Amino acid sequence: MKFSAHEWRSHFPLLANHPRLHYLDNAATGQLCAAAFDAVTHHELTQRANVLRGTYKLAEAADAAYENARKQAAAYLHAVSADEVVFTAGTTASINLVAHAFGDGLNPGDEVALSLAEHHSNLVPWQMLRARRGVVLRFIPLAAEGRLDLARLDETITPRCKLVAVTHASNVTGAVTDLAPIVAAARAAGARVLVDGAQAVQHGPVDVHALGADFYAFSGHKVFAPNGVGVLWGRAEALAQLPPFLGGGGMIGRVSVEEMTYAPPPRRFEAGTPPIAQAVALGAALDWLRAQPWEAMRAHTKQLAQHLVDGLAVLPGLTFLGPRDMADRLPIVAFSLAGIHPHDACQVLDAHHVAVRGGHHCAQPLMAHFGVEGAVRASLAPYNTEADVDALLAGLREALKKLK
Amino acid sequence: MNDDLYQQAILDLAKSADGAGRLEAPDATAQGDSPLCGDRVRMEVKLENGRIAALAHEVKGCLLCRAAAAAIGRHARGLDAAQVAALRGEAAALLAGAGAAPSWPELASFAPVRPHRNRHGCVLLPFDTLCAAMKA
Repeated sequence: MKFSAHEWRSHFPLLANHPRLHYLDNAATGQLCAAAFDAVTHHELTQRANVLRGTYKLAEAADAAYENARKQAAAYLHAVSADEVVFTAGTTASINLVAHAFGDGLNPGDEVALSLAEHHSNLVPWQMLRARRGVVLRFIPLAAEGRLDLARLDETITPRCKLVAVTHASNVTGAVTDLAPIVAAARAAGARVLVDGAQAVQHGPVDVHALGADFYAFSGHKVFAPNGVGVLWGRAEALAQLPPFLGGGGMIGRVSVEEMTYAPPPRRFEAGTPPIAQAVALGAALDWLRAQPWEAMRAHTKQLAQHLVDGLAVLPGLTFLGPRDMADRLPIVAFSLAGIHPHDACQVLDAHHVAVRGGHHCAQPLMAHFGVEGAVRASLAPYNTEADVDALLAGLREALKKLK
Repeated sequence: MNDDLYQQAILDLAKSADGAGRLEAPDATAQGDSPLCGDRVRMEVKLENGRIAALAHEVKGCLLCRAAAAAIGRHARGLDAAQVAALRGEAAALLAGAGAAPSWPELASFAPVRPHRNRHGCVLLPFDTLCAAMKA
């Protein structure tokens, strides 16, 4: 199937309304696609009601839309069943759910393995678990260019390991994790595997079973859907073993003053009114994305990323944080500029209508690994064009002149 | 336009790095961190009768943060804790678009930061850190 970035861009209302904007902050949030926008409008205008137990037609329609969104999310992830899809508030909420529901069953001395490339959302919940339960955190070290050093997995995933929680792809370096050896090591230790899919999901459908994961977490806003909704996918038997995290309406079997029982997954993990319209829009976005020509789109963003890396490489004082080659990476490119703070560079770029992010990117241990406080990050989506990359490069040349 | 942030006065102030360095045996020190961007400021003071007799700062931060620290390095000697707090208030008022003309002429060059609320913390971090040092 043919792909045109300009045509794709027309499916994003904000970008259509801001033709001068060079939006290169997609790793932070993707723009809302028309399919999601239309789904929210349709839902709120025609079927807005609370879900579960409503017996009137409007509530039944809301129920159907919400459960259909679960099926749409399951399809994007190649899940066996929609019952493996738990709607949450986002990646952070999904990981915190596992950190509590799974983590609180761990004992002092049990181990959780992470990597040094994790976003704080897949680090801090485990540090909090360490404080609660006395678990030991071990970290997969980093090799050249910030990729995980898988040659040293046996030092990290030991027989005491109960869970491995790693990123599918770094939000800083763009490096895609080779999950197969990690999953194999986890299985050998009898440990579960949680994959932080926040970045990877934006770049095409995922096959969670092929990855070998037990849990997979992502956010709606990264896949061109609204924020406030996300997914925790869990292998059916893994979810079935977990107690609930939050208590409230919707997650119970029966409640008396003396005791309560819990609903089966996924409802067990969806206490209270869920983000209904957001979930419906997420489902619509995922359905639309599933029908896109991903091979051509990935070739497009890879070519753009190469153009960006080539253009950056000739700038004086620039250091890449991450791989320079295009193999096994997302089109996320982070870099530091000698003597120029990332926020200053980003501010000058904003004057050129270039939206990029500067700072520690919620990955301070990774920044420490690279020996920097922060970096500028450009992250590309299929709607980006060569003009976006060229505007960034021109803006950076201006920043170098102005700020040096 | 955002480039206004980086007018010559700010660039010169940051480049001057007035007060940058460390003190031998400071009477009080404080370290301030920005959770937003990871910037870090260290302030050291020697005090005489509760007033700043000497001051030094180390800044790992952006140009605005370095410029604010330099303004402090230039003018803070002789101030007591209450006056430092008042200066912090002047800087905050300037960023909020309120208040009278600031006591230090350099502070006026931060006026273009007003519409960029995410950058206010960059300017205030050195002031907040000095306030913390004076309370230490």
